[in-house]
Amino acid sequence: MTTQPTAETVIIDTGCANLSSVRYAFERLNADVLVTDDPALIKGAKRVVLPGVGSAGAAMASLEQKSLIELIQGLTQPVLGVCLGMQMLGRLSKERGGKSEDCQCLDLVPVDIEELDSQGQPLPHMGWNQITVSNHPLFEGIEQGSYVYFVHSYRAPLSDYTLAQCDYGERFSAAIGKDNFMGVQFHPEKSAAVGAKILANFLKMNSENGA
Amino acid sequence: MLAKRIVPCLDVKDGKVVKGVQFRNHEIVGDIVPLSARYAQEGADELVFYDITASAHERVVDKSWVSRVAEQIDIPFCVAGGIKTVAQARELLAFGADKISINSPAISDPSLIERMQDEFGRQCIVIGIDSYFDAETGTYKVKQFTGDEAATKETQWYTQDWVEEVQKRGCGEIVLNVMNQDGVRQGYDIKQLSIVRSLCDVPLIASGGAGTMEHFKDVFQLARVDAALAASVFHKGIIDIGELKAYLAEQNVATRL
Repeated sequence: MTTQPTAETVIIDTGCANLSSVRYAFERLNADVLVTDDPALIKGAKRVVLPGVGSAGAAMASLEQKSLIELIQGLTQPVLGVCLGMQMLGRLSKERGGKSEDCQCLDLVPVDIEELDSQGQPLPHMGWNQITVSNHPLFEGIEQGSYVYFVHSYRAPLSDYTLAQCDYGERFSAAIGKDNFMGVQFHPEKSAAVGAKILANFLKMNSENGA
Repeated sequence: MLAKRIVPCLDVKDGKVVKGVQFRNHEIVGDIVPLSARYAQEGADELVFYDITASAHERVVDKSWVSRVAEQIDIPFCVAGGIKTVAQARELLAFGADKISINSPAISDPSLIERMQDEFGRQCIVIGIDSYFDAETGTYKVKQFTGDEAATKETQWYTQDWVEEVQKRGCGEIVLNVMNQDGVRQGYDIKQLSIVRSLCDVPLIASGGAGTMEHFKDVFQLARVDAALAASVFHKGIIDIGELKAYLAEQNVATRL
């Protein structure tokens, strides 16, 4: 007899490439983790990860095609967006990807995603950069100035919703959050021990103690 | 501050890491996954895997090891070798590669860069360029199919023009491999890299010629590259990555320690 697989931590299958890196990182922490686009499994999870690489438009189109937008907006457990997944938590993205209008996002954290002003330094902002962290539980035990791995050209500005900062030409949000939704611009799954600690912190969260 | 990256390059042939001198006479230096894990442990910032036989022999890299690397190491890595289609790239990214690097197939069909950029975003599209100094004409030129000496050929491209072209078409990073310097450990070609740096708005990785820790300092401080790639000095234990990074930090090069 087969049973429907369930998991405490669900990674939403956004249809983008590169989902397995995030899964492997959680598996290295011995987490009970599953990649799925099944609405019931996402809703029933203790915590949810929204990954993403590529362009905002393509990723949002994929969520829409899978009818996941309202479902994600209604989640009450801790949700962690990673990289583009973080950007999708915003109101809109100026990354138009050839379209004539800004890309409407999930509108869960009221910030607009705009192009990073690197002041002439190479773009994308690619590589290991230092973060300044807040006392948010996601960054418990993370030292100021820790290096994490970034790859992006767009960014969330500094705002009341900034949970961590980074500097590359300008200061911007390395992490944002509101209520149970949080997101990191960098790739914790590729950020060696520092990234693993951040993911381990996320694994301690649930609806009761959540963000 | 954004750290300068140290990138060990693992040339892969038939599932093993190999290294030759000036792309010839390949010798096996070890297994892929244990070597990757060791470098990550020692402080490598990123890894690059080149299947050096793939492009020349009309075949794609054997992919089983890509997911094994992704499972075990927690730093970014790039896979190169005969990637000619969007579908091949998608598969490698799905296995857990962070970036894919395209070299010869982009020269044969430059539109490949745009198609991959449209599909995956420029952040994971790396263009590898094998450049050499043509002493006869005093110019820098691009070679193709360098993984196999018999198949290697010259192209119509001057290096500077190709660097501009691949950026226009949407790559996210460039690895400039200076062939005259490869494997002989006489230092990076600072002059050529500085010229390319001035044309390069995306991150630039220097490759070819690293022999001493000073070579790394020079390429970061003089050619202002974002990352330095090397193989034999790491594989042969000539330079320890941890010691290299401590040295660079002392020299005021931004380094992730």
